Amino acid sequence: MDYITSIKPLLTVLVSLAVIPFLIVTSKKPNIRESCTFIAGGVKFLLVLSMLPAILAGNKIVFNMFEIASGVSIAFKVDGLGMLFAIVASSLWIVTSMYSIGYMRTLNEHGQTRYYCFFALAIFATIGVAFSANLLTLYLFYEILSLATYPLVTHHQDKKSRISGRRYLIFILGTSIALVLPAMLYCYHITGTLDFSIHGIFASGQISKPALTVVLLMFVFGFAKAGLMPFHSWLPAAMVAPTPVSALLHAVAVVKVGVFSIVRVIVCIFGIDLLASFNLGVVVASLASITIIVSSCIAMSQDELKRRLAFSTVSQLSYIILGVALLTPQGQLGGIIHIVMHAFGKITLFFCAGAIFVATGKKYISQMKGLGKQMPITFAAFFIGALGVIGLPPTGGFFSKWFILIGTIESTQKLFLIVLLLSSFLNAFYFLPIIYQAFFSKDEKEQNLPVQIKEAPLFCVIPIVITAIISVILFFTPNVFINLIKIALGI
Amino acid sequence: MIKTFYPALLVIAPLLAALLCSGFSWIQKKFCYPIVLVGLAISLFSAFKLLMIVLTSGTIQYRMAGWAPPFGIEYRIDLLNAVVLLIVSAIALINLVASHKSVLQDMKEKLGAFYSVYVLFVTGLLGVVATGDLFNLYVLLEITSLTSYALIAMGDPDRSPIASLNYLFIGVIGASFYLLGVGYLYIMTGSLNMINVADILQNLHGSSAVLIGFIFCMLGLWIKMALFPLHIWLPNAYSYTSISVGRLIAPLMTKIMVYVMIRLMLNVFGFNYIFETLELSKVVVWIASIAIIAGGVMALAQKNVKKIFAYIIVSEIGYMVGGAWLGNQTGMTGSILHIINDAVMTFALFLVVGNITFCLKNAHLNNFKGLFSKMPWTMAGLVLAGFSIIGVPPTCGFFSKWYLILGGIEAGAYHFVGALIISSLICAILFFKIFEISFFESSIQNKQQNEHKNHDKIAGITEAPVSMLISLGLTSATLIILGVYSDSIVKNIITPFLTQYKMVI
Amino acid sequence: MTDFFIGIMTKYNYWLYIILMMIGLYAMIVKNNLIKKIVGMNIFQTAIILFYISIGYKTNATIPIIKNAHGDHGTGAHKLIIHAADYINPLPHVLMLTAIVVSVATFGVALALSVKIYQRYQTLEEDEIRMRLREK
Repeated sequence: MDYITSIKPLLTVLVSLAVIPFLIVTSKKPNIRESCTFIAGGVKFLLVLSMLPAILAGNKIVFNMFEIASGVSIAFKVDGLGMLFAIVASSLWIVTSMYSIGYMRTLNEHGQTRYYCFFALAIFATIGVAFSANLLTLYLFYEILSLATYPLVTHHQDKKSRISGRRYLIFILGTSIALVLPAMLYCYHITGTLDFSIHGIFASGQISKPALTVVLLMFVFGFAKAGLMPFHSWLPAAMVAPTPVSALLHAVAVVKVGVFSIVRVIVCIFGIDLLASFNLGVVVASLASITIIVSSCIAMSQDELKRRLAFSTVSQLSYIILGVALLTPQGQLGGIIHIVMHAFGKITLFFCAGAIFVATGKKYISQMKGLGKQMPITFAAFFIGALGVIGLPPTGGFFSKWFILIGTIESTQKLFLIVLLLSSFLNAFYFLPIIYQAFFSKDEKEQNLPVQIKEAPLFCVIPIVITAIISVILFFTPNVFINLIKIALGI
Repeated sequence: MIKTFYPALLVIAPLLAALLCSGFSWIQKKFCYPIVLVGLAISLFSAFKLLMIVLTSGTIQYRMAGWAPPFGIEYRIDLLNAVVLLIVSAIALINLVASHKSVLQDMKEKLGAFYSVYVLFVTGLLGVVATGDLFNLYVLLEITSLTSYALIAMGDPDRSPIASLNYLFIGVIGASFYLLGVGYLYIMTGSLNMINVADILQNLHGSSAVLIGFIFCMLGLWIKMALFPLHIWLPNAYSYTSISVGRLIAPLMTKIMVYVMIRLMLNVFGFNYIFETLELSKVVVWIASIAIIAGGVMALAQKNVKKIFAYIIVSEIGYMVGGAWLGNQTGMTGSILHIINDAVMTFALFLVVGNITFCLKNAHLNNFKGLFSKMPWTMAGLVLAGFSIIGVPPTCGFFSKWYLILGGIEAGAYHFVGALIISSLICAILFFKIFEISFFESSIQNKQQNEHKNHDKIAGITEAPVSMLISLGLTSATLIILGVYSDSIVKNIITPFLTQYKMVI
Repeated sequence: MTDFFIGIMTKYNYWLYIILMMIGLYAMIVKNNLIKKIVGMNIFQTAIILFYISIGYKTNATIPIIKNAHGDHGTGAHKLIIHAADYINPLPHVLMLTAIVVSVATFGVALALSVKIYQRYQTLEEDEIRMRLREK
């Protein structure tokens, strides 16, 4: 295994920051502005892909920026985990940009330049988190992401978004300052370093069990973007944002950054062995299990489609945490690959929700009876996305559930096996009725109305189809991602 | 010893400028501004030169009028005060440029007086930082204070004279305490030169007179820097004055007092005396923690942005005092770094307030509605400065907080760590309250109002003049640059300084 | 008990300055009239000046003017042996010249401010000014 020093990680991160001035300059010409976004997205994706062969060959790409304090610097390191996350985020940025055009223009939203700028900033921070070489760099980009998404969440600038924005900030920023920062500094105080390492940074006997438990919990709850209960309620609140924001940020970028940070901390700061020796994985896994079950139950009771999706996201995120916290190879593999699988599944679902809203103005599930006939493509995609999230073939979601299940068997914690099976039923229970209603039941009230409902604009439908197809493709070729994870974890 | 005339030039140039300026104010008022500008530019240049010299060849000792210490007055420039001098002179110069327009707007007839007092204030500050003599420090401190009373009284005609007079009463008590402390030190040592006093004091650690002197000095400085229970004068004085004054005094005055405190602690009394002979440090760190929280809580209750920022200063003073008294190198590093960072942060905040008051005529929170769309650049500056105060990386505020918290953990002062974190949260609430008001409630309501009576009042708000925006842009950029280069500041300036004065654990 | 009194008697100058200082502080805190406060402030500062003056004093010493110290070679100034104990310490006195200037300047600024306040409110009583401010 070699370390290759290259400026590519920095360039990849900076592409979306560099495009912002162009967006501002071309704010009067929407077509040029959007093409700028596309070009940046394409360049970013290609840069990410260009690093893929080296990573698959078992190397790591590093780039040091500058030192902050002794032993800590702002630095990038691309390994399998970061690569996996970067591929997902950068490819979905392109798709979402296309979707944004359809969504924002059809609804004639205000402040579109601001929207695209902060979107680019958010992606900048997301890739920054993916490529961070140490906890400080990760924290830096984590905070930038929190702040960059605030104007997106509150895009409508009305009273409702103001309240939601406040809750969003209190949870996200509050936890990161109050919990992550001191925990990080405590780790630095003890070990003198924050660099990610596959064996963890703590030497044996350097930290006692109570202290470790406290610090671990501070991290797990502090990265509130992961939505672990009780710090989950910002996510449903954030659904006031325009749908592309909910789709990319609150199904993929932001929430996955939270999960990714937790994975990083568990794997690369504490190290699997240390946690296993103190038997602390069970604590985190139990917290995740509670979140999985409770939020699935809440999701069933939600009538607003986006809120139901949000609670579903909360529960799915905890799958990832659960998988990693099992501390077994297969469990970790399943947890981490769920980052990918869930991303494509959930973004499809959100795109569909947005497309329904654009085409019909409907937000509530109870209004969606019979819509399947008018919008067949959208609802077919919705079906595939739902299968992906539930974890049924022929979608990629099957693999993540499969590996996590094997992980629970490996870890001999049978209780988690029950949790998984139960929650899969719950997932099916809150998704499938929507599709059933859409295709097979009729809304009596609306039948007489003369308004003709058609599919959403092309710019909305194409991204939906793309992500749905990718979800299926992932079922047949998940090997790239599995290899990446195996390289990263050394299994 | 290095021969250089810059230490004298640094102080003499603005002093002469003050003299010339007050002379010209009788003859031709329009010369005042250029004269002062040149004076401060010379200071900035000398400060820069001094820093370069100190970095390459070590401490500079300059004897005023050629008298050798301990009899003559010595100006002693080492790494710490070279940096502080640079910050002071740069802020004074930038503020002068930024406030040119608003001074013309606010106090046309008092132009000459304003500029000469302004530059005299800067003279005092530079002298306080540069001097190596305890009594000379008192005199320059009083020059600074007297001019600041006068400057503050030039603000709001209803309230600023009263605020200034209250400040004067408390300021006099503070300065007198300091003088008294110096008196006791003089009784014991017979010298006023800092280095000389420090040498003699090494054998007098048990003396109660030295203890009294120490306590009086510290008490005086705490009053002057507005450490929490002694802070009552600050918010009124800083918020009722005119903004061009507030911008100068708020970032510099309190920070310089913290600098003097650190200078006395390290150079005169010595690390061993304070942290080993006396056992005060725990108490002071507690006071500082309370100050941090109390400042934040009081800021939450305010409606005027100037007052909010004034209370934030009270809280930030707690950061620096607490860090300095933690008794370890990390804490002291954080404290010194925070002097530099906080000066720039506060300056950026008050520049923003200046731009807003220039356009809106006052800084009440209710007037902030819709400001993001009307003054985007100013608000961008506010966002950056706010993030720095909250401590979001990569702005400089994060890095001083980093050292302060680490120092707190090292010293086991978890209440101090807790206070720092709570204060970050409070600051986050404060700033997002401001952002919320200026981001929301904009479009619809104002559009309706625009069509009716308030047409010219609200629609007339545009961005501040270019000179103000450039100053703000420079300062905001500095926030990031200081953050990015904080490690080299620590490695090249603060750590060598602390090793020079034997602050090694 | 006698020791206590002797302690006070031998260091009476310190007690004196403390008493003066407290009088000044009392006036600054308690008095309602701004001019009285300013006078209190002046007493406060004077106390410190007196403290400095007193520490320069030595019993049985004279003013520090040394006869024939300069220029008078004929009588042999170098033969003259100077005992520091014979002369009082001039340095604190010189310092206090500066301090007096400072205190006069402070006094001036304070008076100027009170003039400004009087012009605005037609009164110098603090409670009345506060009441006016509250009405606004």
